[in-house]
Amino acid sequence: MSVRVISDKCTACETCVTACPFGAIEMRDGKAFITEVCTMCGSCVEVCEFKAIERMEEAATPAADLSAYKGVWVFAEQHKGDVASVALELLGEGRKLADKRKTKLSAVFIGHNIKSKAKDLIAHGADLVYLADDPALKDFNDDSYAAILTTLARKHKPEIILAGATAIGRSFFPKVASSLYTGLTADCTVLDIDAETGHLHQTRPAFGGNILATIMTPNHRPQMATVRHKVMKPAPREDSRIGDIIEIPYTQSGDLRTRVIRTIEELGETVNICEADIIVAGGRGLGSAKNFQLIEELAKVLGGAVAATRGAVDEGWIPYPHQVGQTGKTVCPKLYIACGISGAIQHVAGMQSSDVIVAINKDPDAPIFNVATYGIVGDVHEVVPIMIKKIREMRG
Amino acid sequence: MNIIVLVKQVPDTSEVKINRETNTLIRDGVPSIINPFDMYAIEEALRLREKHGGKVTAITMGPPQAAEALKEAVSLGVDDVVLLSDRAFAGADTWATSYTISQGIKKIAEYDLVIAGKQAIDGDTAQVGPETADMLGIPFVAYIRKIEHVEGNKMTAERLMDEGYDVVETSLPALITVVKEINQPRVPSLKGKMRAKNLKVTAWNAKDIGADENKCGLKGSPTKVVKIFPPAPRGRREILTGSMENQITTCVKKLKEQSFII
Ligand SMILES: Cc1cc2nc3c(=O)[nH]c(=O)nc-3n(C[C@H](O)[C@H](O)[C@H](O)COP(=O)(O)OP(=O)(O)OC[C@H]3O[C@@H](n4cnc5c(N)ncnc54)[C@H](O)[C@@H]3O)c2cc1C
Ligand SMILES: Nc1ncnc2c1ncn2[C@@H]1O[C@H](COP(=O)(O)O)[C@@H](O)[C@H]1O
Repeated sequence: MSVRVISDKCTACETCVTACPFGAIEMRDGKAFITEVCTMCGSCVEVCEFKAIERMEEAATPAADLSAYKGVWVFAEQHKGDVASVALELLGEGRKLADKRKTKLSAVFIGHNIKSKAKDLIAHGADLVYLADDPALKDFNDDSYAAILTTLARKHKPEIILAGATAIGRSFFPKVASSLYTGLTADCTVLDIDAETGHLHQTRPAFGGNILATIMTPNHRPQMATVRHKVMKPAPREDSRIGDIIEIPYTQSGDLRTRVIRTIEELGETVNICEADIIVAGGRGLGSAKNFQLIEELAKVLGGAVAATRGAVDEGWIPYPHQVGQTGKTVCPKLYIACGISGAIQHVAGMQSSDVIVAINKDPDAPIFNVATYGIVGDVHEVVPIMIKKIREMRG
Repeated sequence: MNIIVLVKQVPDTSEVKINRETNTLIRDGVPSIINPFDMYAIEEALRLREKHGGKVTAITMGPPQAAEALKEAVSLGVDDVVLLSDRAFAGADTWATSYTISQGIKKIAEYDLVIAGKQAIDGDTAQVGPETADMLGIPFVAYIRKIEHVEGNKMTAERLMDEGYDVVETSLPALITVVKEINQPRVPSLKGKMRAKNLKVTAWNAKDIGADENKCGLKGSPTKVVKIFPPAPRGRREILTGSMENQITTCVKKLKEQSFII
């Protein structure tokens, strides 16, 4: 593909210059000029009223035999033997894609002492489970996880492989994509498949959530994507579903280059914020570590998790794993209550896809109100205790 | 200890705004910065050099103007820089970027550790680190929040995970990516700024690094961006009115109606 300006038609209106998300168009000699930063996204083609920009499809690079690739796979992540919730969400989504494409859904399940859980994956939608269960696979290891998945994919040629956009998924999946020389789209929020061609349309946020991009892997297989927590729906459990479990013998070849010496669970009782349905988040507006306890109390009453802005983390009121935003975690709970948070873009980038957002801030002009579903203008120290009281009353 | 840092020049996404009329990004006047995570990577490399000696080289793939990011790296104390720039590199996705960077690193040849940022804030993919490691054939450890110690060809470090952290040991050379928690980046020194000002940035093209052009840039990229569009504006918004007490009552009622309070 390439994008070019048809000089005769260009009126130098500069609409394309502002429309380009990548800043790849400049004015040179009174005409639009496309620089090397261009990613061929076609935004300029769409905005040009004068049809002065065209996108040309060049002969595609000789494609591998795409038709040799069949089936949808998901990497079913587990922690200490428990299937991660994101794995069930992937199975739900994978099931839909597989049905549309009239093909099978398989799960790749790696760990130790997990055999008894494999049937849960079938109950949640898988037709087939590739199970690698070995003491050497107890801890997550980039090399061994990637080796197992890469070898399986080379052998069985799936058309699509999905993983959760979790710490583990985002760590080892790129290694698989690199080895297979195929595309990987990170952190997708929407997937759709062309039933005819099997092309996967992968949509994801970019530029700190300012825009969405749809990405395809037209000439390579498998098509790989990581998918965000909480955006896809798990399929309901059906214990009557049947499927096959294929055990993959695992033999560790040579010494491991990396190994986990120990694992420390810091979050303790509190839920991983990426998995929470309800999040109460606090910002610098709380004023002190002590006041931060208000947030914790509200979270407890609602059965939610506690998050924070970078401002609050930098103050030392709460540890970094609770930070939401561009340099923290991206969350999309059903309910996000922002208390004393200004709504800086870097924070909003990490929480704007929450279903319902409640903002409490004493400044009516705080940008957080632009993304809030419900806004309460007031002092958090007054609002939150009343809120807690009213919720308790409501429960009777 | 010779360390290579991967540095990407990115638009400061916090300054990027949406033009609501045309639904496009306004990039005018948006400054280019070093990807914030890469600042932590540079800082950690400098600290390791201070402790163990050796040399820090920053490498970037980008258009000629990306040299600015490398100059900034020098002002912070980086010894050497390499710019990978060629029209053939344009339009690269993470696979092609990683391929190009790994070819550049192979040319540098002598290194014990490669440090990258956890992710770039423009693309947020977090893929270039692990893919580059794979192409170099060296181990990869993500999300390092603390390097405990380096001894011989072994390094022990803390890796941030979703529910806590792992203490991981890896053989060197390795590629790690770092998170914000790892350190507090320094500011440029006067001496550094002087050095940066006079620096001529070495640029390598596809030929210099022996790269197969079919694997570079848009041509070598398995993924294609087919559409870019703004997110749908968020649904109904309501600033609650009335006394504070009333606002809270209404809010709690709404939350109850939507089954958040059960
Ligand atoms: C490269 C980069 C990356 C970043 N990454 C992140 C990130 O990942 N996550 C993140 O959160 N931030 C991030 N930031 C920082 C971000 O820009 C903001 O500085 C930060 O989010 C502000 O936190 P805050 O809302 O808690 O504090 P402030 O901006 O100080 O806002 C406090 C708010 O509380 C309100 N307030 C004060 N007192 C009260 C009261 N008594 N009652 C009610 N309201 C009150 C004020 O009106 C104000 O709106 C990043 C910045 C940069 C440059
Ligand atoms: N073009 C590039 N040049 C140098 N380093 C890069 C480039 N792109 C990405 N990186 C490095 O890879 C990390 C992850 O980037 P990304 O995969 O784009 O999120 C960044 O923090 C950089 O350290």
